Amino acid sequence: MTVRSIFRHETFLALLLVVALVVLSFQSDRFFTTANLLNQGRLMTETGLIAIAMTLVIATGGIDLSVGSILGLTAILVGVFWKSLGLPLPAAILAALASGTLAGFGNGIIVTRFGVPPLIATLATLALYRGLAEGISEARSVRGYPDWFYGLGQGEVLDVPTQLWLLLAAAATGAVILGYTRWGRAIYAIGANEVAARFSGLSVEKTKIALYTASGFASALAAVIFVSRVSTTRSDMGTGIELDAITAVVLGGTSIFGGRGTVLGTVLGLCLIQALKNGLSLAGVKGDGTTMLIGVVLILAILASNLFERGGTR
Amino acid sequence: MTTSETGRPPAGPKSGARRGVLKRLMADYGQEIVVFAAILALFVVVTAINPRFVSANNLTSIFSGNAYIAVAAIGMSMVIVTGNIDVSVGALIGVLATISGTLAVSGYPNWVAWFFPVLVGMAVMGVQGVLVAYARIPSIVVTLGMLSILRGGLISVTGGTWISNLPADFLIAQKRLFDIPVPLVAMVVLTLLAAAWMRYFPFGRSLYALGGNPEAAVATGIPAERRIVAVFVIHGFFAGLATILFATQLQVIQSTVPPNLELTIITASVIGGVSILGGSGTVIGSTLAAILFATIGSALIFTNVSAYWLRAVIGLLILATVLADMLRRRRTR
Repeated sequence: MTVRSIFRHETFLALLLVVALVVLSFQSDRFFTTANLLNQGRLMTETGLIAIAMTLVIATGGIDLSVGSILGLTAILVGVFWKSLGLPLPAAILAALASGTLAGFGNGIIVTRFGVPPLIATLATLALYRGLAEGISEARSVRGYPDWFYGLGQGEVLDVPTQLWLLLAAAATGAVILGYTRWGRAIYAIGANEVAARFSGLSVEKTKIALYTASGFASALAAVIFVSRVSTTRSDMGTGIELDAITAVVLGGTSIFGGRGTVLGTVLGLCLIQALKNGLSLAGVKGDGTTMLIGVVLILAILASNLFERGGTR
Repeated sequence: MTTSETGRPPAGPKSGARRGVLKRLMADYGQEIVVFAAILALFVVVTAINPRFVSANNLTSIFSGNAYIAVAAIGMSMVIVTGNIDVSVGALIGVLATISGTLAVSGYPNWVAWFFPVLVGMAVMGVQGVLVAYARIPSIVVTLGMLSILRGGLISVTGGTWISNLPADFLIAQKRLFDIPVPLVAMVVLTLLAAAWMRYFPFGRSLYALGGNPEAAVATGIPAERRIVAVFVIHGFFAGLATILFATQLQVIQSTVPPNLELTIITASVIGGVSILGGSGTVIGSTLAAILFATIGSALIFTNVSAYWLRAVIGLLILATVLADMLRRRRTR
């Protein structure tokens, strides 16, 4: 619970990342190249955006399982607003982003105004939002976007994948809010002891609504990038991404019970997972083997961190 | 939470002895009654629109098609009652089904093909229980990791191929016992046994104590760690039994399970009234909720609602049930 213990977990994670990078670069010449690493950054942006918002949500002791469904719904709406309703593409994207953000706001209202535990509330909206995506799209995909749109998901700005700039901006924003502002301290306070936070005069409900809305926005942004990257919209986009994002957040040292965690840790967790995925596939291990290894790494990292923490605080 | 209440107190045989029978029923089984009423209402409305809804064939498919979800939700409810959660059970059922099918086509006797996976399920859950209870890793983290391990393991072992040519005797979920489908019998018997065990036996009641107030539970002498491991092993046992029903209902065993199966099972528990915070809820509720899901799915087909809107309607109904439950709790408080 102390600053020292947070520091320990992230140091441990950074060491693990360095070890993984070194080992993997010996496994394959193609791993530790600028082109490959930047491309990996491209691939982890969607999960990354969601995981950064999820870090703040989990730090309040909440959780958002509906992010993958919001991603799917937003992706479908980009296509529907553009092709079926005939809006210009920029307007369609903005409208879809607004809808995804609204979906997140809906989660916030259900959690705060109705007092439904976040796990159940977002479990219900996971089904609802995905169902809306399926119903609206009727399993049809939308393709054939104008070329400029692909610049977001497939192009580069200053030799770096476009979306990686967005991820960096999101990470910096999240890190500053959580680490250096009174909102960040309010988030930790709510996660550590919600009743105490309320009696201290913190606006618990407003903070939570803002965070679930932000999570909806992050998922919607991830959806637009996803559509631009793969050139199509489908209703099953983002299925299971909630578990990937939560894995990165928890691996990054954020306590699932709230009150503790940093955006830096989440980013380290994301990089570690992506490095393992990529490095192992280059070394000839199939994707399924990598999935298994990520599970093992998650459990061992938390186990090790638990042991260190107990050794350090006693 | 804006409500400081963690849900209903554990329903004890003597709770509310001075209150009216109806009030007591409402207090002890409020959510179960809400879910049951929802099922009844659906039956009345849909039958009025399309009388074939209550044909013997359709009733069979409603009550036995989702039985494996109800059986898996029994174990899940016990885990949630202790204040833990398991997101790995969907992947586990997939792995166990593949083991079961492989044994069946390799010429092992049927009882081995049915029950060996049950043992594997208990072992896997036992390991997770130890990590939760003794290594003190939050259950959502342990089971999230195990989900990756099982899912990755399943695909790398099977390569995504289906198992076919299953022996006819192996397909027990297609059989009938006294003219009643086996999955229905299994669901009802297991639910009633588990409900009675949780309500009337000290071990079962200690699960509520552990979920409601772990410190008080330990102070009264309940061995918390051992009980947590035990409840995970029991959950593995029910996941194994659910696998038997799941793996033997079709002529083939796919290497995948329905997407988000673990979330469906958790949702059944929660909609059935098991508090996600631990300490309250019954397996009768979770079984009713599993039946409710099946009824909704079937009702949409019989009222000609487009299949594409199926999940949206289920999602909306789940949300409505959850909100109704929150409002009901506020009023009875």
